[in-house]
Amino acid sequence: MNKMKRLPLLVLAALLVMLAAAGCGASNNPGGDADAGGDGSANGGEGGGQTEAGANALEAIKERGKVVVGVKFDTKLFGLKDPGTGEVEGFDVDIAKAIAKKLTGDEANVELKEVTSKTRIPMLNNGEIDMIIATMTITEERKKEVDFSDVYFNAGQSLLVKKGSPIRSIADVTKDTQVLGVKGATSIKNIEDRVEGLRVKQYENYQEAFTALRAGQGEVLTTDNAILYGMAQQDSNYEVVGDIFTDEPYGIAIKKGEAELVQAVNDILSELKSNGEYDAIYEKWIGEKPPAE
Amino acid sequence: MINITVLINYWDLYFEGIRNTIAASLLALAGSFALGTLVAVMRIAPVRPLNWAGAAYVEFFRNIPLLLVVYSFYFGLPALGIVPNEFISGTLGLMVYTSAYIAEAIRAGILSVPGGQTEAARSSGLTYTQTMRYVVLPQAIKIVIPPICNQFLNLVKNSSILGVIAGLDLMYFGDLVNAETYDTVSTYAFVAIFYLFLTIPLSFASRALERRLARSG
Repeated sequence: MNKMKRLPLLVLAALLVMLAAAGCGASNNPGGDADAGGDGSANGGEGGGQTEAGANALEAIKERGKVVVGVKFDTKLFGLKDPGTGEVEGFDVDIAKAIAKKLTGDEANVELKEVTSKTRIPMLNNGEIDMIIATMTITEERKKEVDFSDVYFNAGQSLLVKKGSPIRSIADVTKDTQVLGVKGATSIKNIEDRVEGLRVKQYENYQEAFTALRAGQGEVLTTDNAILYGMAQQDSNYEVVGDIFTDEPYGIAIKKGEAELVQAVNDILSELKSNGEYDAIYEKWIGEKPPAE
Repeated sequence: MINITVLINYWDLYFEGIRNTIAASLLALAGSFALGTLVAVMRIAPVRPLNWAGAAYVEFFRNIPLLLVVYSFYFGLPALGIVPNEFISGTLGLMVYTSAYIAEAIRAGILSVPGGQTEAARSSGLTYTQTMRYVVLPQAIKIVIPPICNQFLNLVKNSSILGVIAGLDLMYFGDLVNAETYDTVSTYAFVAIFYLFLTIPLSFASRALERRLARSG
């Protein structure tokens, strides 16, 4: 009798244990599955792309009358989604629109898809997007996986100082200059290699480093100029000075083997540069004229 | 799994970090004890406005995050024209934050001495100060020692807050070593070991102190 009474309890306990185990499994899954989900939709994209197979990418774009461009949605000045309007805006976005206008006749014929540094190459290579315009530095490593257009933005490490600072370029930075940066950034090593004996004060993120600079806890903040220009626009008491002292040129990435599209994009870029449209976009976002080439 | 070469290659950074962590802890420890005692006295002194000021101090600093206290020194003081460096801001923040807890521990200890003792002391002719000095405080100190030791242990661990504002402490250099080696497990394992080197002796010392005080009671 006693045992009979206990049995349901045991079953219940067993069930609970199983449920808990299943629960754990389920709660672990989203993290692990996220990638798989991404792949799934990526494959769908590939399927869509394959219907246009045969024709090259340039013809496919013209036929469909729309360019699908991968841009960042979270990067100030280059591609940032305005939470109020839902619009994605920035330098990269304007370049994308200008290219769409030249290819299809109307800048409205551009579809912006969000990419991150991690997702952009897979998304390009499986046909979800026609090109990447997303603060992407041209490197030898990446050239093995995708083709690049000509440089459309000369990114590189630079310096942000308070207006009126005696520091005008990297040459004015000595080992006693109070330089600020972010923990783990390659820019720290670059500048410490360049200025012997310099010790950069390193913070958790760029917002904190900039706050420290504004609080007078340092003289110079150093990282990519693209980020520094964003800060300079946040607070007009600060300016980016000196030339870039590392080269991280941004290019537009296009799937390998699409020479016609690369050529078309390069032609458009040089046209934009010669007719002043590029300068206008540059000034609109960066706040100053592009450096002379 | 733990790679000893991380420690060997970056020993100088670890060492500088340990030195600064010890310095910040010692300074904050001495400062917070003095400040905490002062605030505790304010809270129980027979003067109303002092009680209020003491209570406000404790409630304010005990109820905001330590990070915010440190930020207010590091980012806030410069707005007033004073620019304390990373080490000073961090140590001041630690000191002020810990002193609120210490004030509470001391106040609780003093209040735990039965009121009858004070009354007896006062009626036998001792002044308020004398009552405190010869009757209440000697008993209170025994009650107060364990929680205060606890606060000092917390203080050593909390000193890692300096790492966030480039305060050159053990945690800061741990972050830098991690950024260079990418060997996160080894890097922080050594950081943990060094913190233990500092806190375990403190822990033992506080227990020994408790035992001695218990005997003399």
